[in-house]
Amino acid sequence: MTETVRLDGVTKSYGGIDAIRDATYSLKAGETIALVGHNGAGKTTMIKLMLGLIHPSAGAVQVLGDDPAAGQFAARRRLGYLPEHVSFNMALTGAETLAFYARLKSAPKADIARLLDHVGLTDAAGRRVGTYSKGMRQRLGLAQALLGSPAVLLLDEPTTGLDPALRQHFYDLLETMRAEGATILMSSHALTELESKVDRVIIANRGRVIADGSIEDLRRIAQLPVRVRLGFGPDGMPPQIVGTTLEWRRIGANRFEAETTSQGKLPLLREALAANGNLADVDILAPTLDELYAHFLQSKEAAE
Amino acid sequence: MRNLCTIALKEIQEGLRNRWVLATTLLLAALALALTFLGNAPTGSSIGAGRLDVLIVSLSSLTIFLIPLIALLISHDAVVGEMERGTMLLLLSYPVSRNQVLLGKFCGHVVILAFATLFGYGAAALALALTGSDIGAASWMAFLSLIWSSVLLGAVFIALGYLASTLVRERGTAAGIAIGVWLLFVLIYDMALLGLLVADQGRTIGAAGLNALLLANPTDAYRLLNFGAGGAGTLTGMSGVAGNATLAPGALSLALMLWVAVPLSLSMLAFSRKEL
Repeated sequence: MTETVRLDGVTKSYGGIDAIRDATYSLKAGETIALVGHNGAGKTTMIKLMLGLIHPSAGAVQVLGDDPAAGQFAARRRLGYLPEHVSFNMALTGAETLAFYARLKSAPKADIARLLDHVGLTDAAGRRVGTYSKGMRQRLGLAQALLGSPAVLLLDEPTTGLDPALRQHFYDLLETMRAEGATILMSSHALTELESKVDRVIIANRGRVIADGSIEDLRRIAQLPVRVRLGFGPDGMPPQIVGTTLEWRRIGANRFEAETTSQGKLPLLREALAANGNLADVDILAPTLDELYAHFLQSKEAAE
Repeated sequence: MRNLCTIALKEIQEGLRNRWVLATTLLLAALALALTFLGNAPTGSSIGAGRLDVLIVSLSSLTIFLIPLIALLISHDAVVGEMERGTMLLLLSYPVSRNQVLLGKFCGHVVILAFATLFGYGAAALALALTGSDIGAASWMAFLSLIWSSVLLGAVFIALGYLASTLVRERGTAAGIAIGVWLLFVLIYDMALLGLLVADQGRTIGAAGLNALLLANPTDAYRLLNFGAGGAGTLTGMSGVAGNATLAPGALSLALMLWVAVPLSLSMLAFSRKEL
């Protein structure tokens, strides 16, 4: 896989305070990455560095083989960006706004109608942006980011203000672009929602990258317990017979829950299946992205 | 160049859409027409000046008050306003340089102002011609020079507005500076200059000093350019000043162009250093 974005020991400070400290990672073509962190963790600053809107105080940034802040705009033509709070001139219509950005990016005119259709704004294309709802503006923002089939998409909080149906459509759209080889970086708070959509998670805290890897990698590193829930029939067996070292909690009528490691879950299941003819239901809850995030933050705080 | 045009066209499109173009054109036309028919009445034709010459003098005075004000109104918001609304962040993420953004906006704003001046003042001249006034070729030339210099004066204050807009962090501050710039160049400077000349009684400030002081204010350079030359000069007290201050129209135009170039370059420099 080819590398599209690279941060090499990047530090960015504003007035003596480091917004980003020594960040190093690279993003590859055909990869969807979630950039996760609190407000002020440095997510937006990282995206601005990739766009070349600000210069790093130390280290180097490369996007599509160029230094984005060097004033070479070849790379920017293949870049799509959605700001966190996207806004447009209120006086122009949606179609005019998109046409303006398409001209700046030398994107084909056909993109305009196609993208308006993709984000469900075809009917509102002739209306002024000033009359749009928050969600519609967000959709117009997405449409402009997708102009010219970009190779790198930088989306700052992309799904705020989108209704569930459109959100799903949006993820489908991103999946198509990813399959065509685009790098998609999303920063987000809505972690649980991103879980099944991203290949990789980068967790930032106070300007530092504190975790980087696929969700499976992070689970393995974090060693967070997997919760196993067993449900029994009406004349239920006492759960003590399985996994005797585990502590079983009663969480409902004939339902019990215990925590185990990710390696321990299979032996446990085998044991439970063998020992209980009365077993009616099994649930395995892997740690969610939210829990992983909280874990990495806590272990970081504890280390400092 | 392509990007520059795209941005300029968008600025014009916005100006048309939010009625800026219409409002300024109508305002200038209404005032110019009022001056044509009301302002001309007392002078009549007894002093031998052509009616268009009288109009040029009236319009010049109008321009000095109004054009800087309009120019500052449309320009002080150009950068800081877009920054505050968040549209600048998105625009600069596109393959376009900051200089292109600023120059594109500048071209767009100057075109808006030029359109308003040409059609606003042109309406008055047309009304004069249609009501059967006898207008010589020299007067027409002076009128064209009035339009050109008015647009140039507007460009000066657009550039000054951009400088304010790129140097500050809040829109309110830019607006305050714009009002200050207007008061200084349009009202206070001339009063202070007059006071200075009276107090000085011609002892230390010679012709060269006066020239420099007049060029240091773009509205004075504009005034000299229109009052000092042609048939209009005989109508105003300024012909006296223009006689003493020995400045050729070419030098005055050059001074005005410098007044455009310097603030515009400074604002481009400030904009390129701005952290987003």
